[in-house]
Amino acid sequence: MTAVQPQPPVQDGVEVGTTATTAVKGHSRVPWRFLTGRAAFYLFTLWAAITINFFLPRMMKGDAVDQYLSRNRNVSPEAADALRALLGLDTDKSLLQQYVDYWALLLRGDLGVSLLHGLRPVTEVISQALPWTVGLVGFATVVSFAIGTIGGAVVGWRRGSRLDGLIPVTTFLSTIPYFWLGLLAIALFSVNLGWFPIGKAYGVGMTPQWSAEFIGQVIHHGTLPAATIVIASLGGWMLGMRNMMLTVLDEDYVMVAQAKGMPNRRVLWRYAARNAVLPQIQSFALSIGFIVGGTIVMEMVFSYPGVGKLLLDATNAKDYALMQGVFLVITLSVLVANILADVAYAFLDPRTRQTEA
Amino acid sequence: MRDALLTVRDFSVTYDVDPPVEAVKDVTLELRRGEILGLAGESGCGKTTLAYGLQRLLKAPAVITGGSVVFHDRSGEDVDVARLDAEQMRRFRWDKISMVFQGAMNALNPVAPIGAQLEDVFEVHRPGMSRAERREAAAELLDIVKVGRQRLRSFPHELSGGMRQRVMIAMALALRPQLMVMDEPTTALDVLVQREILRQISQLRHEFGFTVVFITHDLPLLLEISDRIAIMRAGEIVELDTAERIWTNPQDEYTKTLLSSFPRLTGDRGVVVR
Amino acid sequence: MTTDLRTQPAPAPTTQRVPRPTTTVRTRLGSAFAMFRNRKSITGLVILGFFVLVAAFADVLAPYSPTQVDNTARFQPPSAEHWLGTTHLGEDVLSQVIHGTRGVIVVGFLAAIIATVIAVVIGVIAGYLRGWRSESLSALTNVFLVIPGLPLIIIVASLFDDPPLIVIAAVLGLTGWAWGARVLRAQTMSLRNRDFVQAARANGEPLRRIIGMEMLPNLMALIAASFVGTVTAAILALTTLSYIGVIPVNTYNWGTILNWASAQGAFRQNQWWWFLPPGLCIAAIGVALSLINFGIDEYVNPRLRSAGERARAMKKRGLDVNDAVTAVRTTTKDDA
Repeated sequence: MTAVQPQPPVQDGVEVGTTATTAVKGHSRVPWRFLTGRAAFYLFTLWAAITINFFLPRMMKGDAVDQYLSRNRNVSPEAADALRALLGLDTDKSLLQQYVDYWALLLRGDLGVSLLHGLRPVTEVISQALPWTVGLVGFATVVSFAIGTIGGAVVGWRRGSRLDGLIPVTTFLSTIPYFWLGLLAIALFSVNLGWFPIGKAYGVGMTPQWSAEFIGQVIHHGTLPAATIVIASLGGWMLGMRNMMLTVLDEDYVMVAQAKGMPNRRVLWRYAARNAVLPQIQSFALSIGFIVGGTIVMEMVFSYPGVGKLLLDATNAKDYALMQGVFLVITLSVLVANILADVAYAFLDPRTRQTEA
Repeated sequence: MRDALLTVRDFSVTYDVDPPVEAVKDVTLELRRGEILGLAGESGCGKTTLAYGLQRLLKAPAVITGGSVVFHDRSGEDVDVARLDAEQMRRFRWDKISMVFQGAMNALNPVAPIGAQLEDVFEVHRPGMSRAERREAAAELLDIVKVGRQRLRSFPHELSGGMRQRVMIAMALALRPQLMVMDEPTTALDVLVQREILRQISQLRHEFGFTVVFITHDLPLLLEISDRIAIMRAGEIVELDTAERIWTNPQDEYTKTLLSSFPRLTGDRGVVVR
Repeated sequence: MTTDLRTQPAPAPTTQRVPRPTTTVRTRLGSAFAMFRNRKSITGLVILGFFVLVAAFADVLAPYSPTQVDNTARFQPPSAEHWLGTTHLGEDVLSQVIHGTRGVIVVGFLAAIIATVIAVVIGVIAGYLRGWRSESLSALTNVFLVIPGLPLIIIVASLFDDPPLIVIAAVLGLTGWAWGARVLRAQTMSLRNRDFVQAARANGEPLRRIIGMEMLPNLMALIAASFVGTVTAAILALTTLSYIGVIPVNTYNWGTILNWASAQGAFRQNQWWWFLPPGLCIAAIGVALSLINFGIDEYVNPRLRSAGERARAMKKRGLDVNDAVTAVRTTTKDDA
């Protein structure tokens, strides 16, 4: 018996009725369905965060806020109105009415005035502090994620090598509380070795400006806090990526890649790591909330003028309007970061772009 | 050009565990240029280990413990596969011998479009080609297997099982290898798609003239499509003959058992009634 | 030579009873704790057990009372009377650290218990149900994940004047359940489609039995890992909040010790005996909990367990697991 008789070649190239004729529907490269689903979730979370923010000062003992306002008589009438609406002192209005007023204030961009900061609008105070936090945390987190993920990919690829020892070391570093690591860093590098300044974002007497000297100072002051964040959070990323690599390396497509004669470097990065990084991005999105928590402490340890320090000062001084405003801004930032991570994920994983069949 | 493409002599593969497992024992066979050799046997008989071992695709703890595998290139050169180092092996792979894997569900990289997965074969093995030439070569491959060049930028999850298997075949065909090893290429597909794929393979073979080693547990299928069939059992080849003679005059007891275990449509027991 | 199967007599049914494998309480417990039976977990449990004992017997172990002031011995480095030196008020650092263990352990475990119970209830139910009920529970979980925990706790804690430990634990637990719930929901959803669950449903088993007897045992490892992770997070959060000063400084834990140390400038004056031990203790407990979690991880995903070991075992035989090419080991290589 010989092989099946070959058919004469078909003229138009694609035989009807074969698996090759499923029509190619036009589909866009943008995963709309995925993104709209996530957008709905984010709107819901935004609403929930704002509502929680609404209830926060109302959970406090009634007289505390009254005392707070009565102590500060220099507030202008409009500001006083705004504060009352924000902090829930209009007890003659119904809760629903208060809620509506609250939303009205927010949409106007009015978050009240900060009594701790000389009656300046809360929005102004926060917008001065926010860039420092975003800059420091954003930079440090991205660096940490990058090093951890790349390191984890390499450690996962070379199973059983001495690199495996990196995992327990970095995990140990990540169980050390941020603030302690920061304090140790100050004790060692600032006090003893004098390499770095003890705190703040720039030298005393400097005013923020776009000069080389200022930027140099920013970098000098920011090195220690950034390095502490990187070292403390490296372990988590590395462990996660290494574990994902071990799972992915057993997949068929990795073996096929090696059978195709792909050099090791290509298999590692384009086939294995490219797939293993997807759950990493998801867990990055999830942990942004925790990262923010760590930042707050970091700012306190290093006296860094970001929103975390703002929140702590406000808490100590019982500046309720500022507290409420900072919490809202922090939550919004976490939300935005989540959205960015989700968008990145959607573009990196083609399976989210299911055709709208 | 010699008549023989691959000379395998006393080839043995052992899994170095406790206790060691001899998966392939002293296999000797000569693969003729242009033929379809079927490799049949039950699960665990070593047919996959043999096929992978010939290309040194097995991972530790598998070790080649004996014998030789010599590839007779059509240029006249003889290549001792066991003596190649890692880099030579990497260049040898896919260029001279390529493979079509089973179950293309997971065999394609889910995050890369299939065009890119076809093109990177050219990128690595034919560095002289320009990007446009690579794209054209990949498109041509997709046309040959009747998937169509409009699918160049599709992702694996957007294709059906049959189409994915065709892409695997296209990929294996990319460098016009002299030998294609096919490991259960149609097992995971339904019968109609199976027929198409087999027809396609046969068509391609006539057009491009490569040799095929076809691994499957489906003996009746091999009887239909192969020139010669090797029956394996417990790591050894128990019978190696033309399909015709295995059908009409099996020598080994095991072959007879294997043939009789496939039910006939008419109710008689076994493909071959004894 | 066709044989008509219908005319053949059916073989007589044998009434042999096949003995069912006995699943006593003991064997069930044994298999439930299998995840702890590897080296990493045991090491972690031992270290953790040490701290628990210290916390339980703090009164007996500490040489001094933590608040015992001794004006003659301030800022003293370690000595024979004070193994870890003294604070700015002459209090014994070692005693403070020992007593501080109690607050950490109690709050850590209590918060984790609260969080894990909530996570299990919400996660498993969200995973088992379908449709809008599952989606809304998932949305609730995600909201709690996105809303940043520490700022929320700071604000909430500042509303209380002197929160007792149990309130702190409750707040930590109520803000920390979301991650575990998400993981459990994902796993329950995949379990739901498995054959044994389908079989139980087809059998008509009541819902609580399906969840209790069929699903929970399979989720035990994840629940344990989530619990351990939450303890770690709770301890870190507690010590951080104490250090910041949000939690009043008259409750004892390692964080408050660091708060005093920092306030008194210990970091600037190199009084390492004051600020090193509490931090090291936090790290030690963190390491212990991580080890336990590593052990559970390897139990759940055997690939992790064997990957490194297998690679090292192969190396001993001269094989490299990462090699893309099969090794050749022929005794004689004849050059024909």
